[in-house]
Amino acid sequence: MAHKRKEMLIDPLVDNNPITLQVLGICSALAVTSSLKVAVVMAIAVTLVTAFSSMFISMLRNHIPGSIRIIVQMVIIASLVILVDQMLKAYAFEISKTLSVFVGLIITNCIVMGRAEAFAMKNPPLDSFIDGIGNGLGYGLILMLVGTIRELFGSGSLFGVTILETVNNGGWYVPNGLLLLPPSAFFIIGLIIWAFRSWKTNQVEEREYKIQTVEAH
Amino acid sequence: MGLRNFFDKIEPHFEKGGKWEKYFPMYEMVESFLYTPKTVTTVAPHARSYVDMKRIMTYVVIATIPCILMALYNTGYQANLAIAEFGSSGWRASIIEGLGIGFNAANPVANMLHGLMYFLPIYITTLVAGGVFEVIFATVRKHEVNEGFLVSSMLYALIMPATTPLWQVALGIIFGVVIGKEVFGGTGKNFLNPALTGRAFLYFAYPAQMSGDSVWVPVDGFTGATALAVSASNGVQHLAAMGMTWWDAFLGFIPGSMGETSTVAAFLGLLFLLATKIANYRMVLGCLGGMIGFSLLLNWVGSDSNPMFAMPWYWHLVLGGYAFGLVFMVTEPVSGAHTNLGRYIYGALIGFMVVMIRVINPAFPEGMMLAILFGNVFAPLIDYFVVQANIKRRARRNV
Repeated sequence: MAHKRKEMLIDPLVDNNPITLQVLGICSALAVTSSLKVAVVMAIAVTLVTAFSSMFISMLRNHIPGSIRIIVQMVIIASLVILVDQMLKAYAFEISKTLSVFVGLIITNCIVMGRAEAFAMKNPPLDSFIDGIGNGLGYGLILMLVGTIRELFGSGSLFGVTILETVNNGGWYVPNGLLLLPPSAFFIIGLIIWAFRSWKTNQVEEREYKIQTVEAH
Repeated sequence: MGLRNFFDKIEPHFEKGGKWEKYFPMYEMVESFLYTPKTVTTVAPHARSYVDMKRIMTYVVIATIPCILMALYNTGYQANLAIAEFGSSGWRASIIEGLGIGFNAANPVANMLHGLMYFLPIYITTLVAGGVFEVIFATVRKHEVNEGFLVSSMLYALIMPATTPLWQVALGIIFGVVIGKEVFGGTGKNFLNPALTGRAFLYFAYPAQMSGDSVWVPVDGFTGATALAVSASNGVQHLAAMGMTWWDAFLGFIPGSMGETSTVAAFLGLLFLLATKIANYRMVLGCLGGMIGFSLLLNWVGSDSNPMFAMPWYWHLVLGGYAFGLVFMVTEPVSGAHTNLGRYIYGALIGFMVVMIRVINPAFPEGMMLAILFGNVFAPLIDYFVVQANIKRRARRNV
């Protein structure tokens, strides 16, 4: 069992990553990755919400009527998100302002719902908790990758610390403005998926069509 | 035939099992560039024609020649005009002074030479940077490098402002080649125009070098808005006060990206492309119709606060990248619509969008680049509806 739990934690990092393989939680990955600090806070928030919502839903899983299970899941997730939101407002007000609506939108993050529906409804609480942490970390990993690229090349800094001195401050680096715009995350996530699938070729999807070749007579 | 013999002698090394098998795409590129491609259609239907992809691409490059000449002349002309006022500096000035040619804007040779010294570095950078990535993908993916890249690189170089730093030129074409074309499978499978994809990347990544007042004429200290930016703030009448007539804009003696200023040069290319049937006239008509129709409508609606509403269609035609984009990018067969009715709709959509962006969106004075990319994205959808409508029409016939 211990071996399986370790796998649950490691698997979502690369082999079954919620963003690159399941392509869930893309909206927030576009919106909050222009600076690394915000991306880290978002990753922690989503990890905690996923882990605890999975655990609580798993505890109640035998008492939740099938016909209203989504509503029950939403209530639990929403309560946790409100909790996270209030914590951020109390202890990290600046970041909470930058994240603005996206903390609230964790409720609609498909990863949270996805794990509740796919895993927590069928597994015991501790396993569900670990599964939630694992998926949160997988989400966080991609967020950090995207955030690193966007902040480093978009504003020449990491965690707000200047790495590449920009031209405006008398340095040599000309910041790439595209990376500060949300659409750039689409390109970066696409390239990350490309890299992952070149590395782990079993993630490549089958073609939906076959190219027919006609033999020459 | 020494060269042919040489190719025949080394060819076995590049074929399957040869010692340089991996480098076949590079061999094929050089060989088919110099000779006609050997691959011919082997299966039915045997539609034989003298037009192959190589010829199409070569024709498009030929069609850009008037634009290239105007790009050289006008870039040098604008620079020489500004130098008379602001003085000269930099390595180009040293070479020109060393040759004893001088900066007289009335001297065509001086203008051409000065323009060449801006165009050539940008063009060579484009070829080298884009070419390297083209060959890498061709080698890894085992497809062939073809003449399509010559077209993309030429168009790309022509839509750069003369002051673009060379590393940005390289970055843009690499983005255009990789994201605009190769990730979708290479030439013929790109749903976006690679040259425009690269240009759009630079436009959003480095707006300071791609738009504004100081990038169009390559002389330190000179600032001058493009004709479109002036019209957006003061109305098209203000251009006359600046000494810019419609004929200047039509012939191309105005500041702008290197190859796009001259409407007449672009139309010479259009005549050639239409005569050789490489450009489809339906797209051109659609795009003209969309632009003229929507600008007439806006003229009629009118606006007190936005002078662009009053801009007549014949000014839309000659300013900015409209003519160049119409001739070389709207008519690009791969990224455009493929059904005949779809081509009219596709053209009209671009014509409508360009006026929409120029007039109603305050953020972008120029709209051709974004309008064409927008049209590219919608082309498959347009085709889908045209085909579905045709299927429905024919099915009704047989009830």
